[in-house]
Amino acid sequence: MPLKTLWHRMGSPRWMYQMSGSWVWVLGVMATVLLIVGSLWGLAFAPADYQQGNSFRIIYIHVPTAIVSQSTYMLLGAAGLVLLVWRMKVADMVLATAVPFGMSMTALALFTGAVWGKPTWGTWWVWDARTTSMLVLLFLYFGLYALRQAIPRQETAGRACAVLALVGVINIPIIKYSVDWWLTLHQPATFKLTEAPAMPPEMWLPLAVNVLGIYCLLGAVLLAALRLEILRRERDTQWVRELVAAR
Amino acid sequence: MHPKRRSRLFVVLFLVVGAGISVALVLTALNENLNMFYPPEQVAGGEAPVGAQIRAGGMVLDGSVNRDFETLDVSFVLTDYQGAEFTVVYSGILPDLFREGQGVIVQGQLESDGQFKASQVLAKHDETYMPPELADLSEGHQKKPNPLNYDQ
Repeated sequence: MPLKTLWHRMGSPRWMYQMSGSWVWVLGVMATVLLIVGSLWGLAFAPADYQQGNSFRIIYIHVPTAIVSQSTYMLLGAAGLVLLVWRMKVADMVLATAVPFGMSMTALALFTGAVWGKPTWGTWWVWDARTTSMLVLLFLYFGLYALRQAIPRQETAGRACAVLALVGVINIPIIKYSVDWWLTLHQPATFKLTEAPAMPPEMWLPLAVNVLGIYCLLGAVLLAALRLEILRRERDTQWVRELVAAR
Repeated sequence: MHPKRRSRLFVVLFLVVGAGISVALVLTALNENLNMFYPPEQVAGGEAPVGAQIRAGGMVLDGSVNRDFETLDVSFVLTDYQGAEFTVVYSGILPDLFREGQGVIVQGQLESDGQFKASQVLAKHDETYMPPELADLSEGHQKKPNPLNYDQ
């Protein structure tokens, strides 16, 4: 299918609904398998760290949730751009439904970071550039959630959220480079694009499996929520009525 | 692209680029203050304020840890391995990762004699993770005897 046709079809809630049904299952099954394999492998079979011992293992939850919380925000920014420029209905639905997932992942990353920080750093929390910018990300998610609830008119709420999502994208490079630009307590990135990770494969492979798994989870959760949102917003259309009547 | 959409795209780009530039300017202006701690160079060089609550960081110099066996008092030297170093005195429990050659961050006051009186010691670790067997083999990460071991 040419890219332009796909782009136009993605703008149709009905097409998105019909296409996404099987994807939810495929991604959901993949996420379940990958996350179970990666977590068991990482938590029970991967070797402990020479310095931190077993407390290092929280990396297998901390890093995937931290990565996916930022990717989800990038997705919100992209949806915001599409909504503001192309006024695509589906973009507004993505903007509304991806927020709770991103919010929970950010909260989980902050929580696991605190639990990891206590035995290794010696404190639950510090105000360094990395932890603070990550907290800002959580507040951006809160803001997006609250803003939508605060504005009753759907179209206005969508545009306001799109502007907030787009401006908030500036925080993502700040999170990413905070450990390089400033002196922080937080260590530099575990996975870098240009270099191999600074640990043996038996340690980073389960981590890579979990990262892949959590991306599948993002896809599955987002599509499932999107399908419900499509049905809710399109409930007065002919095709949804026929769909409901057929059940 | 439709001219209407193009103009909307420009407005959005203007908004994002404008906001990005203002954030970049704010962060550049605040640059020094966003560092979580003073490096040894600034503490030894007199750039860190004396008497104020600050954080300083560095690597624990090999063989510099002095522990009082009757109390929790401990003193050690923080260095950047490039000539700058300062002494830290602390009374309390050190984090598990504290050892010689480890990066640590201390919170407290710099005294006028150049000693740092710490009220809290935090251990830093890097992104290099290694199984213990591998760490024993590798030269750079040879397991050092724990300087705080009472049995020694």
